[in-house]
Amino acid sequence: MPAGWAEAERAAREAYGRLVAWLAWQWRDLGAAEDALAEAFVAALERWPRDGVPAAPESWLLTVAKRELLQRERRRRLEQSPAVLALFEAEPEAAAVASIPDRRLQLLCACAHPALAARDHAPLMLQAVLGLEAKTIARACLIAPATLAQRLVRAKAKIRDAGIPFETPEADELPGRIGAMLEALYGAYTVGSELASPAPEAEPALRDEALFLVRLIVQLQPDDAEALGLLALLLHAEARRPAQFDADGAFVPLTRQDTQRWQRAAMHEAEATLRRAAALQRPGPFQTEAAIQSAHNQRAFTGRTPWREIAALYALLVAQQGSVGARIGHAVARAEAGEAAAALAELEALPAASVASHQPYWVARAHLQRLAGQAEAAMASLQRAIGLTADERVRRFLSERHSGAE
Amino acid sequence: MEYMLLFYETPEEVARGQDPKQAEGYYGAWMAYIGAMQAGGQFKSGAGLQGVSTATTVKVQGGRRQVQDGPFPDTREHLGGYVVLEAPTLDAALEWAARAPCAAAGGVEVRPVMQMPDHP
Repeated sequence: MPAGWAEAERAAREAYGRLVAWLAWQWRDLGAAEDALAEAFVAALERWPRDGVPAAPESWLLTVAKRELLQRERRRRLEQSPAVLALFEAEPEAAAVASIPDRRLQLLCACAHPALAARDHAPLMLQAVLGLEAKTIARACLIAPATLAQRLVRAKAKIRDAGIPFETPEADELPGRIGAMLEALYGAYTVGSELASPAPEAEPALRDEALFLVRLIVQLQPDDAEALGLLALLLHAEARRPAQFDADGAFVPLTRQDTQRWQRAAMHEAEATLRRAAALQRPGPFQTEAAIQSAHNQRAFTGRTPWREIAALYALLVAQQGSVGARIGHAVARAEAGEAAAALAELEALPAASVASHQPYWVARAHLQRLAGQAEAAMASLQRAIGLTADERVRRFLSERHSGAE
Repeated sequence: MEYMLLFYETPEEVARGQDPKQAEGYYGAWMAYIGAMQAGGQFKSGAGLQGVSTATTVKVQGGRRQVQDGPFPDTREHLGGYVVLEAPTLDAALEWAARAPCAAAGGVEVRPVMQMPDHP
């Protein structure tokens, strides 16, 4: 590899997000900032091997990118704020900037602005801060790459044309904006798979990237309790991934997993993160979900799952969020704690329309019917669940239960 | 940047303006809103529109002019007026939109005005 190449790559990986954020914040145009920085990297790959790596590589990249932005504007002959133009033209060549201010939180806030469609938040954040290509994101989200690329172009055009600001919102709106970011990243982490580990033949998921951005949000906004809650939740999921499948590649449900295979370091970090969140005394649904996972993980130390505690936590989650998933979790926990009949009644009270095609509902219903002694009904529910299961490995597991019980 | 605010009102809200007992409150709120915008220097232009029953829609299709009674989009809420204001960011324009008297009884569309380049 030519000298200078490795330097450019290192700069790219570590600093890309901060450079884009700073440029976009100054120029108020994310798309133009990305294009200009890409040009700067091309120039770096040409010049640095020849001329040597500059003393301040990030400043060099920014100077070239800014020049590129100015030239683009002159070519377009559009009116640009005179103050912005003056700022760019006045800076001396290759000025050594001591440290570039971190504007990534402002960039993330722009990407998650309510004026942009919610489904575009995660792709925008992943592309803007991590430089992921549209086609990489699209494959993981199971969308056609051209469709996603077009949506991203339109979203960035809206940021520029409608004047969506690269600013953190006022204090009373900030939790809501961060909440939108967290929802988007949670969606990106879990997309396409019922499990934390997608099938080997599936497209690579964006778990690591989503986790990176959640960590970044925690770093940039350390007093947001829900960000800490989501981080703890994702760390618990990461901790258990090695145990989701046995040596033959067969699916293993949570309550049967070999806890020796759970990664202790991730679990410890998750616990510490959740304690930090609790200390802020601003409860929320992600923190509750993390607490539920934490309770499940106690089995690694006590050999038992504390179902009563989990049922109480799900009751709290239902109060905070009222989702179908929370209600199903509540019913299952109650049944495991010994209230099978009451739990089944609670489950069956869910409106048919919202659960007709919801696989976890039918799995839960089969389980609860079996616990309540309704063997035939349990078989029918299990059959329904199998029909709704997308992951081949889970389907095999459920089918074996079905035929084993007959 | 200049933004146009398009004020949409439900029929009930419009009726308030036409009811002699409620008209003062209705118009008072609008005067206060526009007054605040003018005092702050953001107001560029604006007007209320006469009622939707006075609207006529014109289209030319197949070379023939088609004139129809009524507003263009067939929605429950109707366009009652507009304002063009100066704001540094979308968020600042949204703040003003949220203060409009019709924001709770209808809604406000916010759109940036096209900037025309200066021709040399």
